[in-house]
Amino acid sequence: MKVRVTITPKQGILDPQGVTVERALPALGFQGVTDVRIGKHIELRYDPPGGVSAEQARTDVDDMCRRLLANPIIEDYTFELDEG
Amino acid sequence: MTRRADLAAAEALGLTAEEYAKICEIQGGEPTYVELAIYSLMWSEHCSYKHSRPVLGRFPTSGPRILQGPGENAGVIDVGDGWAVAMKVESHNHPSAVEPFQGAATGVGGIVRDIFTMGARPCVSLDSLRFGELSEPRQRFLLDGVVGGIAHYGNCLGIPTVGGEIYFEPSYEGNCLVNAMSAGLIRADDIVRAVAAGVGNHVVLIGSKTGRDGIGGASVLASQEFDETLEEKRPSVQVGDPFTEKKLIEACLELLNDHHVVSMQDLGAAGLTSSSSEMASKGFVGLDIHADRVPLREADMEPWEIMISESQERMLAIVEPAKLETVQGICERWDLDCTVIGEVTDTKMLRIHWHGEVVGDIPARRLADESPVIRTPSVKPDYLVDEPVAVDDASYPPPKDLGAALAELLAAPNIASKRWAWEQYDYIVQANTVQIPGSDAAVLRIKGTGRGIAFANDCNGRHCYLDPYRGAKAAVAEAARNLSCAGALPVAVTDCLNFGNPEKGEIYWQFEQAVEGIAEACEALDTPVVSGNVSFYNESFGQAIYPTPMIGMLGIYDDVDIHLDGAFKDEGDVIVLLGPPAGFVDGSEYQKVHYGRVEGRVPDVDLALEVRLQAAVREAVARRLLKSAHDCAEGGLAVALAESAIASGAPGGAQWTDPAAAKPERSGRWLGADVTIGAVERPDLALFGEAPSRVVVTCAPGDLEAVHALAGDLPFAVLGVVTGESLRCTMGDEELLALPVSELHGVYESLPDRLA
Amino acid sequence: MSSASPQPVRFGVVVFPGSNCDADAHHAISTFPGATVDYLWHKDTDLKGVQAVVLPGGFSYGDYLRCGAIARFSPIMQAVKDFAADGGLVMGICNGFQTLTEAGLLPGALIRNTGLKFVCRYVNLRVENAETPFTRACDEGDVLRIVVKHNEGNYTVDPETLAAMKANGQVVLRYCDADGVPGDAANPNGAVEHIAGICNETRNVFGMMPHPENSVEAALAGGADGRRLFQSIIDTLTVAEVAS
Repeated sequence: MKVRVTITPKQGILDPQGVTVERALPALGFQGVTDVRIGKHIELRYDPPGGVSAEQARTDVDDMCRRLLANPIIEDYTFELDEG
Repeated sequence: MTRRADLAAAEALGLTAEEYAKICEIQGGEPTYVELAIYSLMWSEHCSYKHSRPVLGRFPTSGPRILQGPGENAGVIDVGDGWAVAMKVESHNHPSAVEPFQGAATGVGGIVRDIFTMGARPCVSLDSLRFGELSEPRQRFLLDGVVGGIAHYGNCLGIPTVGGEIYFEPSYEGNCLVNAMSAGLIRADDIVRAVAAGVGNHVVLIGSKTGRDGIGGASVLASQEFDETLEEKRPSVQVGDPFTEKKLIEACLELLNDHHVVSMQDLGAAGLTSSSSEMASKGFVGLDIHADRVPLREADMEPWEIMISESQERMLAIVEPAKLETVQGICERWDLDCTVIGEVTDTKMLRIHWHGEVVGDIPARRLADESPVIRTPSVKPDYLVDEPVAVDDASYPPPKDLGAALAELLAAPNIASKRWAWEQYDYIVQANTVQIPGSDAAVLRIKGTGRGIAFANDCNGRHCYLDPYRGAKAAVAEAARNLSCAGALPVAVTDCLNFGNPEKGEIYWQFEQAVEGIAEACEALDTPVVSGNVSFYNESFGQAIYPTPMIGMLGIYDDVDIHLDGAFKDEGDVIVLLGPPAGFVDGSEYQKVHYGRVEGRVPDVDLALEVRLQAAVREAVARRLLKSAHDCAEGGLAVALAESAIASGAPGGAQWTDPAAAKPERSGRWLGADVTIGAVERPDLALFGEAPSRVVVTCAPGDLEAVHALAGDLPFAVLGVVTGESLRCTMGDEELLALPVSELHGVYESLPDRLA
Repeated sequence: MSSASPQPVRFGVVVFPGSNCDADAHHAISTFPGATVDYLWHKDTDLKGVQAVVLPGGFSYGDYLRCGAIARFSPIMQAVKDFAADGGLVMGICNGFQTLTEAGLLPGALIRNTGLKFVCRYVNLRVENAETPFTRACDEGDVLRIVVKHNEGNYTVDPETLAAMKANGQVVLRYCDADGVPGDAANPNGAVEHIAGICNETRNVFGMMPHPENSVEAALAGGADGRRLFQSIIDTLTVAEVAS
């Protein structure tokens, strides 16, 4: 199955990239930009041998996120699973 | 109606009943929550040094070159021609154990702010790191994160990271050490002290917005041992923003050097609380702080949160009303927030306002000066011994193959080249680097003068564990020796004293002993302690780290052109061992690597001998009599010789463009050595055993006599000559080992293999 | 150097917030008797009449989003583009090179090093084209020893553009070994065909990842090979001035 993971800086954690981009956009003429948060988008396929239930896949992807893809100390993550 | 805090609240914040009673006495009744939060942080170990203060008074802290000793953001040393160096080291151990990348990054950010707060432009960083053994995946993760974080932050700031040290011992497994040192250059007349002055002046906050970063962070983290609750402390991790810090450096140096501000203080541990109370206390004035005026990153922050937030990249400045517009203009130019959040008063009170209400009102001096002092009764630990190890064949059988033993030592993570780490650091930016990482000392020039400065970091934690007094003394002696080998005159020390829980008698004993050792060595070597940091509670699950009093030392050159490195230079040069020939197994790397043991009685430094030895080496360097000089430390004589041979491939402090290459660039060939040691029963100890006060030097044959004359009655042994492309050691007719330098280079550069 | 003691060449070093080799470039240029140097502030739109512009190394805007992505929108960059369009000499070093590619003044892009780490190391550079205003003080095949220090120095470009660049002599510097032979072992970042420095079609805009400004004084660890690149610019502009 297809997995799409979105990682963003945790609420309350400083996001220096977001702050800097937020300051830069008005200089290009875009007014009213706030709350810029810059994260990561990760796509992968997960097809363990022998198949996997949707529930198990969610558990596994959550584990991947916690242990490697995201840094739970400073980042939040969400993910979507797509059969096929 | 402002809430009052009772004893239960105080205890929840880590204060004792006695401390709470004292607070009530100072406040004339129960404190408010804001007041209690402020006391709990300011009276934490991290901010108050309550366990260490009574002992630290032992250090020599003054001298003719010392312009500023301990008590300011950094110590300042006169280095000649009107130039001065501000320097300090600080630990960021616990934050780095929680989140290695950000922990180390913010550690660099904090120490750099200490330097430019004085008005000095930060010109150098060094980092002294300790981890558990690399065989553990968690330790490799920590190493990778810490080095990456230092690189990320320091490189972005444009401050060269020119040196440091990395050691691996099981005792650091649950509690890595990250000691970040920085130094800056300043005109001696331009030093700015963090003292509030001028009733009616503005209190201005410059830099990042305030969030809930590190609430209870450094202060609480640094005052408690690690245990299972570690996970819960995670949300308080601070994220560093080196881009904002870089802008802060430029803006603040302009503000300070052009005298647009009265004074400045960085916001470190305990944030606005400690910076404002310290500035008020030192200036014998009061400060009114309007917490509701502080620009926030997160809505709905409580005043106590704002007061103790440890959001990074913020500075507090005292500004005369007439200069406010100029200050705001400079900050605007650098896209930095600059907000008036209060004013200087004559009340001598730190008063916190919140939307028109006074929520805290504390006598600034009593907050800063009347923190409790605790002296734990010290107890000598049971594991210490009074005699050196008896090296009999039964317990320490000599190795059959001394060449293999040498290779094993060169590959040991504590000895092997740390190129993997320092190639991640920009060590050349600012165009002052004369001697790059990888040798005894880092050397920089001072632009526009012929002068130079040199830095070394040293501490052998294993020695300090076996004998904290001797180990700490040896750390000072070794740092000075490293500088002397480079030809620099050692002049001052900054120290980072990393220990376990000081409430335990054994730990307190280690601390007292180490301080005594440092003090004696600094007195003998004439290197006063100008700044430093104490980090206690370096324990995990009740297991303390090796006592690790890390010494950062500054050396100076009147003429930096004389600087010297440890690389063999020319075929036929004579190799001399200056200092006592005997090496000991006690506490040595050889003991750990080859025998898997840590025991015995480490040799004591003879300070009188050390002083004479270093003076002779410096004099010989200054007269250009030496071709190389290299401290003989971990791994003993054989490793020192091997390192000089390996470095020969890169003359003049250059390095291989391709670290994997088997052949050095440009010089075309390696320089080996042929050396002979005197007849001894245990040649392995002569080669690999360790002892203080030893330096391996080389000189042209024609200069040998002059070098010998300079050495006077110092132990002086001609070992052999620089020759060939192999390192060959013999004892009489017996060949002890012979290995091609290319092979030694291969194992010396093998650290990356252990990180894969 | 001409005996007629021509006017010194006027250099400008752009300062972006986060630039950190601006002072080094300024210092390096100031060691040449034939040059003067001024800083150019990123919020300005005036190049102060300089004859050559240097975009220095560093971390403009923290390298946030992408290296050079925000810097290229600085007010000064429009002036730099106009200057380049008029044939003015523009040299981008490291972050300056990244900014020039983001701004479309040079082809290709600089991506993460294949080693995934920041790397600070002396490298050897083979001069592939000595017929540019930035390398004329060298000969083709010369080997320069200069330090690299970057995290995103891996030059990449589509094959068609690369072929055109090679045909047009736009590949100016390559990573090589001490004998001048380019190869993987000498390449610190995985750059395509070991490319370390390139110029535009008209050869007046030049970008390189290594830092020549940190190699202008033999007394320092960096050596002095970087001088030849600055000397080339000075020679080019001095000759142009004398000729005009």
